[in-house]
This record gives sequence, structure tokens and C-alpha cells, in this order.
Amino acid sequence: MTDGVIPFWADLLGSLLLISGSLLTLIGSLGLLRLPNLFARMHGITLGNTLGLGCVLLASILVASIHAERFVFQEVLITLFMISTSPVTTILLMRSGIYRRRMDADRKTAGHQDSPNPG
Amino acid sequence: MKRWPSLTLFTVILFALWLLLNDSLAPGQLLLGLILTVAITASTAAIRPLRAHPHHLLTALGLFFVVLIDIIRSNIAVAGIILGPAKRRFNSAFMKIPLDLRDPYGLAALACIITATPGTVWAGLSPDGGTLTIHVLDLQDEEAWVRTIKQRYERRLMEIFE
Repeated sequence: MTDGVIPFWADLLGSLLLISGSLLTLIGSLGLLRLPNLFARMHGITLGNTLGLGCVLLASILVASIHAERFVFQEVLITLFMISTSPVTTILLMRSGIYRRRMDADRKTAGHQDSPNPG
Repeated sequence: MKRWPSLTLFTVILFALWLLLNDSLAPGQLLLGLILTVAITASTAAIRPLRAHPHHLLTALGLFFVVLIDIIRSNIAVAGIILGPAKRRFNSAFMKIPLDLRDPYGLAALACIITATPGTVWAGLSPDGGTLTIHVLDLQDEEAWVRTIKQRYERRLMEIFE
């Protein structure tokens, strides 16, 4: 073990990966501000969850492998858990968004028929 | 004997997960992992209502790379839409896709793929299972989306799970 000195090329590549991952996540979050409604905004968040996270994990694999002087790939587990859990919450959010929109529409039509100020 | 293929695949995956989490190949960990995974597989077999029968693992590997490429491509596309002119940001809409896939594990995999890909989110399946609703961020050509999902994902998933 050569007390974990990281060569220049790995330093550079790791930093580039970290920066592009963070940039992608930032752009995704910017989508919250720039996109018009709930359904469209959900797409922006996915950027950070997929390629944004992927770049950060690749950087982590690269630097950790060189530091430990063997191939470290436990980061694959994070990807696995992320891929299998984040769609579930996204789909739930989507379903509840659709449900709320339908309830709002129902209330609006009911309100027009019965009273001017429902609820 | 029909249940063995998926049972052993499940065991192998759990075993690999255990070794990865512990980050070691020591004989003690191998033995502990083996005992644990076999015990877990055997004891949870009863509470898993349906058995998956995945086959054609090479197709699964191909699907993995197809999805990886699509995720990278649509990441760039969605980033472009968010940063781009306002006109393109107001194109999002729901659309329907006719489905032939019926296997619940295949459908779960399809839901994960569609939702994990930026630009599309799974929004529901009709009660008869024949129509899928998705939400698309930049909907310009419905035909193209139907073709992508049916040919790139559904065909391979049907090969794997049915």
C-alpha cells in the first residue's frame, strides 16, 4: 500500500464525473422551477436519480478502487436499490396527482351545480 | 421441479448481495451467506404469491444495455428541454399504449424501466391489463413512443418472462 496516492489522471477523471453528476442533478432540480405543473416536474427529478447519481457513483468506484488498490464495486448495490425503490415512490406520486386532479374536477362540477362555495 | 429455476436464481442473487455487503470472500462469510440465503429463500417461498420464471438471461443482459443507453440519451434530452426555450417545456401530456405483456413480474420490470428513464413516467394500467397510460414530458410523436416501448422493452420482457 503506497499510502493511497491518487494519480493525476484519476483525480481529473473523478472530478469531471463528480462535476457532471452534480450539474445534471442541478439541472433536474432547476426543472422544478421551470416546468409548468406537477406531472412535468416529476421528470426533472429523475435526472438526479439516474445519470446524476451514476456519475457520482462512477467517480466513487474509480477513486475508491485506486485508493484501496483493488476493484471496489459496492456502489453497484446503491444503483440496484435506487433502481428498485425510486420508481415505486414516483409512481405513487403520479397516481396521487392523477387522483387529486380528478377530485378537483369533481368538486368543481359539483360546486357549479349545488352551491357557489363548496366545502 | 418447475419452481427450481427461479428459486436458485433468487438464492444466487441474495448470496451475491450478502458477499458484496460484507465485502469479503472469507470462508466464514461464504458459509454464513450460504446458510442465510438458503434459509431465507426456503422460508419466504410461501409468502411470495407468484413465481417468476425468467429465462433467456442473455436477452436480459441485452435489455440492461438497451435501458442504460436509453437512460443516458434521455437524460441529455430532458436536460435540453429544461434549459431550452419555453415552447418545448409545455409539451407534456398523457398517452396510451396497447400492451401484450401480461406477466406481473414483466410488468413490474417495465414500470421500473419506464419510470427510471427521464422523460417518461408510468401512470397506470387499465383494469384488464391491456392499456398502459404513461406521462411523457416532450410528446410530439405518439407513434414513435409506442414503437420504442413495444419494440425495445416489451418484446424483450415477453421473451424473458413468458
